[in-house]
Amino acid sequence: MSNWVEVCATDEIDEEDVIRFDHAGRTFAVYRSPDDEFFATDGLCTHEKIHLAEGLVMDDIIECPKHNGRFSYKTGEAKGAPVCVNLKTYPVKIEGGSVFISVA
Amino acid sequence: MSHIVIIGAGECGARAAFALRERNFDGQITLVGAEEHLPYERPPLSKEALLNGLEPKLVSDAARYADAGIEVLTGHSVEGIDPAGKTARLSDGQILAYDRLLLTTGARPRPFPGLSGPNHRIRTLRTHSDAVAIRAGLQPGAHLAIIGGGFIGLELAATARKLGAKVTLVEGLPRILSRGVPAELSAVIAARHKAEGVEILCGVTIQELSEGPDHARILTEDGRTIAADMIVVGIGAVPNVELARDAGLVIDNGIAVDAHLRTSDPDIFAAGDCCSFPLPHYGGRRVRLEAWRNAQDQGTLAAANLLGAEETVSAVPWFWSDQYDLTLQIAGIADGATQAVWRHVAEGTFILFHLDIDGRLIAASGIGPGNAVARDIRLAEMMIAARVRPDPVALAAPGTKLKTLLAA
Ligand SMILES: Cc1cc2nc3c(=O)[nH]c(=O)nc-3n(C[C@H](O)[C@H](O)[C@H](O)COP(=O)(O)OP(=O)(O)OC[C@H]3O[C@@H](n4cnc5c(N)ncnc54)[C@H](O)[C@@H]3O)c2cc1C
Ligand code: FES
Repeated sequence: MSNWVEVCATDEIDEEDVIRFDHAGRTFAVYRSPDDEFFATDGLCTHEKIHLAEGLVMDDIIECPKHNGRFSYKTGEAKGAPVCVNLKTYPVKIEGGSVFISVA
Repeated sequence: MSHIVIIGAGECGARAAFALRERNFDGQITLVGAEEHLPYERPPLSKEALLNGLEPKLVSDAARYADAGIEVLTGHSVEGIDPAGKTARLSDGQILAYDRLLLTTGARPRPFPGLSGPNHRIRTLRTHSDAVAIRAGLQPGAHLAIIGGGFIGLELAATARKLGAKVTLVEGLPRILSRGVPAELSAVIAARHKAEGVEILCGVTIQELSEGPDHARILTEDGRTIAADMIVVGIGAVPNVELARDAGLVIDNGIAVDAHLRTSDPDIFAAGDCCSFPLPHYGGRRVRLEAWRNAQDQGTLAAANLLGAEETVSAVPWFWSDQYDLTLQIAGIADGATQAVWRHVAEGTFILFHLDIDGRLIAASGIGPGNAVARDIRLAEMMIAARVRPDPVALAAPGTKLKTLLAA
C-alpha cells in the first residue's frame, strides 16, 4: 500500500535544485529537474551519511556536498568513487500544485 | 597488452585498478601494496577513525577486487624496477613482468630534522597503524603536543580535544595554515581551536625533540621546555620517489609526469601524491598535490592513458578539511591573485574568491559549519575550470546564485 505524504508546493523547489524533507523520523531529498520533473531519494549519502540537500544538482545528477560523490537522483544509481552503494528512490506525484512522495 | 602492474595500494592505486576494468581492460591487473590492509581511506585517520573505533575504512571490500579480477598483493613492497626488462622485484624475491606500470607510491611524513628513531612518544600520522598507536596514547587528561599547524596537525588537535586530551600545538611560522590557506580562514580556525582549549604557539622555532621513559620533550630555541605524554610531528610529507629514481626516471619535486601522467619512461605512469605534473588553468606550472580527490581523479585518468587514451589532466585542485563542526573547502590555487572578494554566506560562514589580473577566478576558499559552503565552492570550481571572469560585485552579493555566474 502506498503512503503518500505532502512535501511542499511545487514552486518551493527551484528548477535544477533539491530540498530536504523530514517525515516520521526519516529524511529524504526531493529534487526538481531542469526539465521540471520531480524526484525523491533517501536524504543521506551512502558514503558517510551526509545530507544530500546541500549538494549540487546538475542535470540528472546530485553531487554530495562532502566529497562530491555522484548519484542519478532519477534512478538512485551511484556514479562511481567514492560512492558505490545506490540511493533508494521514492515515487513522486504532483496534485493540486503540491509535491507528494510515497514513503511506504 | 596483457599485464598492468600498479605499485602502491592506496586511494589512487585502487581507483586506477577499478578504472581499468570500467574501461573494459581484460588483461591481468596486479596491485602491490606495502601495507597489511587492503587500500583504505586516509582522511578519517585524523578525524572520525580516531574517535569511533579504528577499523580502516576500505576503499572497496575484498569481494569487489575478486569480482573485478584484480589481484591485490598486500604486505608486499616493490624493491626495484627494471625499465629495460620491464619487471618489478618484490620484497619476497618475486619478479613481476609488466607491459605497463603505474606508480602510486604516495607520500610519507616528513621526518623531524635530526630526530633518529625508533621513538614511542614521538610519532607521525599517515597510516592506519600510526593512528592506532596515537589513539592508544590519547587518554582523557593526557598531554599531546603537535608540531606543525598544517591540516593533519589541526585535525588531530580537534579530535584529541574531543577525546579529552590536553593539546599544545607549536608552529614555526607566524600563523597556522600559512601554506595555501588565506589568512582570514586560518584566523577563524585558530580562534576556534583556542575556544576549544587548544594552546597554539606560533613563531616558535624548535631546537630539539627528545623522549624519555615517561615524557617526550620539546626544547625551543628561546630556551623553553614543553613536556608532553606524546608528540606528533605534522610538518608535511615527502613523495615516495626512491623506486622511480633508482629506475632512472626523472624526479622533480615528485616523480615528474607530463599532462598525460606519463613519466620519462613511455611505459611507466605515475599518479597521486607521489607525482608532480603540469597544472592547466595555471599556466602549466608544475605542482604536486596531496589531496584525496586528486588521487582519485589521477588514478582514473592514469587508467585511461595506460590503455592508450592520451587524456589530459584538467581537474581544478580541490581540498577539504574538517575540524570540530567546521568544514573548510578550497578549490583552485590563489598564488598570483591580484584581487580578493569576500562573500558573506551566514554568521561564521564565508567564502573568499581570488581573481587574477585579467579578472579570472583562480581560487575560492570557504569555511563554515557542516556543508554550508560546499555548493558554492563546487560552483566556483566549475567557474575556474571554465575560465570565467565573474563580476566581483555579483560574487560578493550573498543574494547572487553562483550558478548564474557560470556563464559569465
Ligand atoms: C591523516 C590524513 C588525513 C588526510 N585528510 C585529507 C582531507 O581531509 N582531505 C583531502 O583532500 N586529503 C586528505 N589527506 C590526503 C589524502 O589521504 C592523500 O592525498 C591520498 O591518500 C593520496 O593517495 P595516494 O594513493 O596517492 O597515496 P597514499 O595514500 O600515500 O598510498 C600510497 C601507498 O603506496 C604504498 N607504497 C609506497 N611505496 C611502495 C612500494 N615500493 N611498494 C609497495 N607499496 C608501496 C604505501 O605504503 C601506501 O600504502 C589526508 C592524509 C592523511 C595522512
Ligand atoms: S559523504 Fe557523500 S561522498 Fe562522502
